[in-house]
Amino acid sequence: MTVGKIAEILDAEVIIGEDKLDTEVNSACGCDMMSDVLAYVKHQAVLLTGLVNPQVVRTAEMMDMRCIVFVRGKRPGEDIVKLAADKDIVVLTTTHRMFTSCGLLYSSGLKGGGVG
Amino acid sequence: MSEKIHLHYDVSGDDFTHAGEASGGVKSTLKKLGFDPDVIRRVTISMYEGEINMVIHANGGAADVDISPERIDVVLSDHGPGIPDVSLAMQAGYSTAPDDIRALGFGAGMGLPNMKKYTDDMSVDSVVGKGTTVRMSVNVPH
Repeated sequence: MTVGKIAEILDAEVIIGEDKLDTEVNSACGCDMMSDVLAYVKHQAVLLTGLVNPQVVRTAEMMDMRCIVFVRGKRPGEDIVKLAADKDIVVLTTTHRMFTSCGLLYSSGLKGGGVG
Repeated sequence: MSEKIHLHYDVSGDDFTHAGEASGGVKSTLKKLGFDPDVIRRVTISMYEGEINMVIHANGGAADVDISPERIDVVLSDHGPGIPDVSLAMQAGYSTAPDDIRALGFGAGMGLPNMKKYTDDMSVDSVVGKGTTVRMSVNVPH
């Protein structure tokens, strides 16, 4: 599935990374606790979260993730967007809640993948 | 690369926003040097955990990284309050992080266990009232 398809499924706004929407991703995780992302996630390329701070981007960077989806209509500040742009990470925002967002993507074929 | 490379970073304890810059810098350097992605991931996740710990608990510190073709060594040292019971701190889920840190997405008590999981060698030397030094190594498979 492409990042662009994720944006379409979630009716999401692309905040940064329009030029990377053809990036292929195979699995995702939904989490508000970055400690747990670092501890349990393995090879997931998409992070769905309702947490909004620069450490979300840092965490995604360390985990080699390609796309962050902010759920519940959360909008990142300029510092977060700039950091994501520097790290070549696509940032989306959707008004869907976490459960709904994950369900929509899962039922469309995006899987949870392995755990670390 | 044939020679060893040493990197030093001062980690500020004042601003949580900038936590992770040192780990990001190391990641970028290792990528440029052409290390295996899995090695890079293990080094940077464990270093990032340690960097976050220094910011949360110790008002910052220093990170020193030695890169050679065989292994990558990371030493994180701070002059924070120290860890009274290291074996307890190594238990998954044990945390002394305050609620405001949890609200930022950290403090689940997975930092030190995660650092151990991702590295080949790890040791914690801590003296209460003096500070903590964490040493981690990741071997490069050939």
